[in-house]
Amino acid sequence: MKPFMRSAVAALGLTVGAFAFGAGLAQAATPKDTLVMAYVIDDIISLDPADIYEFTSSEYMANTYDRLVMINPQKTSELKFAAAESYTVSDDGKTYDFKIRPGIKFHSGNDMTAEDAAFSLIRFVKINGNPAFIMNQFGLTKDNVDKMVRVKDPMTLEIETDAAYSPSFFLNCLSYTSVVVDKKLVMSHEKDGDMGNAWMKTNEAGSGPFSLKAYKPNESLVLDANPDYWDGPAKVKHVLIKNVTESATQQLLVQKGDVDIARNLNGDQLKAVKGDGNIKFVDSPKATLWYMGLNTKNQYLGNVDARQAMKYLVDYDGLQKTQFAGIGIKHQTFLPDGQLGADNETPFTYDLAKAKELLKKAGFPNGFDVTIDVTNKSEGRELAASLQNSMAKAGVNLIIRLADNKTTLTKYRASEHDIYLGQWGSDYQDPHSNADGYLNSPLAKRNQWVSPERAAAVTAARDEKDSAKRAQMYMDLQKQALQDSPYIIMFQQVETAAVRKNVDGFIIGPTFDLNLYRYVVKN
Amino acid sequence: MIASQAKAVGKVLASILTTMLGLLLVTFVISRFLPTDPVLAIVGDHASESRIAEVREQLGLNHPIPVQFLYYLGNIARGDLGVSLRTAQPVLDDLIHVFPATLELATWGILLGVVLGIPLGVWAAVKKDSAIDHVIRFVGLVGYSSPIFWLGIMGLLIFYAKLGWLPGPGRLDFGYEDLVTPITGIMTVDTLLQGDYDMFWNAVSHLILPASLLGYFSLAYISRMTRSLMLSQLRQEYVLTARVKGVPERRIVWKHAMGNVMVPLLTVVALSYGNLLEGSVLTETVFTWHGIGLYITNAIFGQDLPAVMGGTIVVGLVYILINTLTDILYRFLDPRAK
Repeated sequence: MKPFMRSAVAALGLTVGAFAFGAGLAQAATPKDTLVMAYVIDDIISLDPADIYEFTSSEYMANTYDRLVMINPQKTSELKFAAAESYTVSDDGKTYDFKIRPGIKFHSGNDMTAEDAAFSLIRFVKINGNPAFIMNQFGLTKDNVDKMVRVKDPMTLEIETDAAYSPSFFLNCLSYTSVVVDKKLVMSHEKDGDMGNAWMKTNEAGSGPFSLKAYKPNESLVLDANPDYWDGPAKVKHVLIKNVTESATQQLLVQKGDVDIARNLNGDQLKAVKGDGNIKFVDSPKATLWYMGLNTKNQYLGNVDARQAMKYLVDYDGLQKTQFAGIGIKHQTFLPDGQLGADNETPFTYDLAKAKELLKKAGFPNGFDVTIDVTNKSEGRELAASLQNSMAKAGVNLIIRLADNKTTLTKYRASEHDIYLGQWGSDYQDPHSNADGYLNSPLAKRNQWVSPERAAAVTAARDEKDSAKRAQMYMDLQKQALQDSPYIIMFQQVETAAVRKNVDGFIIGPTFDLNLYRYVVKN
Repeated sequence: MIASQAKAVGKVLASILTTMLGLLLVTFVISRFLPTDPVLAIVGDHASESRIAEVREQLGLNHPIPVQFLYYLGNIARGDLGVSLRTAQPVLDDLIHVFPATLELATWGILLGVVLGIPLGVWAAVKKDSAIDHVIRFVGLVGYSSPIFWLGIMGLLIFYAKLGWLPGPGRLDFGYEDLVTPITGIMTVDTLLQGDYDMFWNAVSHLILPASLLGYFSLAYISRMTRSLMLSQLRQEYVLTARVKGVPERRIVWKHAMGNVMVPLLTVVALSYGNLLEGSVLTETVFTWHGIGLYITNAIFGQDLPAVMGGTIVVGLVYILINTLTDILYRFLDPRAK
């Protein structure tokens, strides 16, 4: 039977040979003028600032466009003027004038004027994409925005709101929505009156520190530094972002030096690369909270004592040391640390006796069964398993329902859940985002916990012009929510990137539109 | 003669059309009866009722389902598969982009599977119950039963991270990526057409690990099937007769028995190839290989209905094509099928 053996051995030999041949082709380090990043970017559905509402796309926006104002990345409690150099408010508090910074050029070479800024805001409201609600809050609607946003003179933009809001609230919202696009370029790609929306979904018309060189959806994003950037050009010439969906693969890539930064390592992988002398961590607490939403429509969860009991059935400290080490900080109030009025007290600990007492008071001394909807990803799964374990000790039996993210979220949006376990991120860096979300809409609606009094209190805090008073109002709202809300808030997310030692200056901010590449230096 | 041939071709085409129509109908109906609302999945957390209605209309979901299906068929007839909700690109462009990646990987995988799997299977059959047979069967069993995901990560860990013999994930080194002009979409072909041999070898080196993995997987199946098919032939009387007549064993196995094994084996190979062409999601995930498996999976999770439908059409067509080809090959291999 020799021939069979021969052919098999020959074939095996070929394979081994192929492996050995590969040896000569092992890779070198990344190019010195290029930042290479492994990142899960498949949440991007559009690159148009009028549509952008996802994590990665808002990061893209922050690096390719200028906004009138933005949060100061070096000191996040302050604003930084960017495309606008200053502003004034009218005496009645309803009209804002922004002076456009002279000398800003778009990547196309066109000069930025108030005309572009006005067009951008009008377009943002008219396209009515997912983030448009942020401007709708100020009475700017599709029908009136043409009149409310005006060009006062070539370098002055005027915005009128329907009422007098607190300027800090208005400016914090603008820090996300006031992206300035190149009117001439965008309108040259207009189709059927879409204000260039179709084209902008995969193209760029900004003035930021980087321009878009190539975009392959779900695959890669390539940026080139803008050498003429008004605030000084970026230190690296190119940024290459590769969509690497598997975090274990990201870990190998960064350890091997084939990427400079790995963005999506989980807790275990971060632990694993900790000992690697070539890697350091860059991290920042995010304005994103891990929480459970309890639907008060449920016969058990509608009882406030039962809800309070459950707040004592989470092993906050244990989780902090294990699963959330490096990726979360214990946090129990609805405003993330870093926002105006954030109350960082953590009154709840795992306390079985107290929980049992509260359950007795609620009339459920033996506990109850409820379902919990969880996205089928390792973080959520592990957290749900821990919760199931600690709650079972008091007889609260969590029935875990795993599904993909869209399915759990859609069910939650339709208010068809008992308990939803997930994350909520602020839409903009102002306490109103979360106060409104948790106490009024949408989360309070989903959990059937709407009241006119709470809605009024949220509005009053939003409109308070004195910052200190405003902060105190949010403090009070948070203390009240700890007592009766249907939310068990557990952790504030920390975003941690694994970065090669030779890379400095990568900034991770509290929101994704403050993750910046322009200060990156490769030594 | 010509008329009868035309009739035969017409018959094949008609059967392809009915199959595709059935497939489309089933996929379409299932996607419309999912418990989750695709509009709620798209519009974000703060959408007003009017915005939800607007998006529903944009997606054409406001019409009754039969009407939606007719619209969809009409568009397909014009070559319009719709626009993906996640990539904002025409689905057809997306598919033209992702399918060659899977095709390239699957073809190398099946070639390895056939070239190694058939001789190993024959060898195991001839040496039935010997140590060699046990080893081959064990190797096959491991390949068939170990999670491909785990094998992939281990392969990368050993050959890429530890030994440095092979490049990491992706179809090319990151530095090369934007230098290839896509013509066929198949890296090894495009780099050659471009006349850039460095890039060609780079593409080949990136193929080795994932293709070996898929090759191992299909080898496991093909060798097991070859072994059992061969064993059943070697028990037949014509083999005994040939042996009695003094025909060399080599000739008996490779000529007489193999001739009969070929026909069912062809089905095995065709099915394996079809499976690989569907796209191995896990392999594509681990190796950051943006093929059709990953594309369809993401589309399903993202409730991207046009992309799901488009992907289904491609996979359906591939199966039909492979089946038709297999039928044609049968006629050459098996005189009775003529």
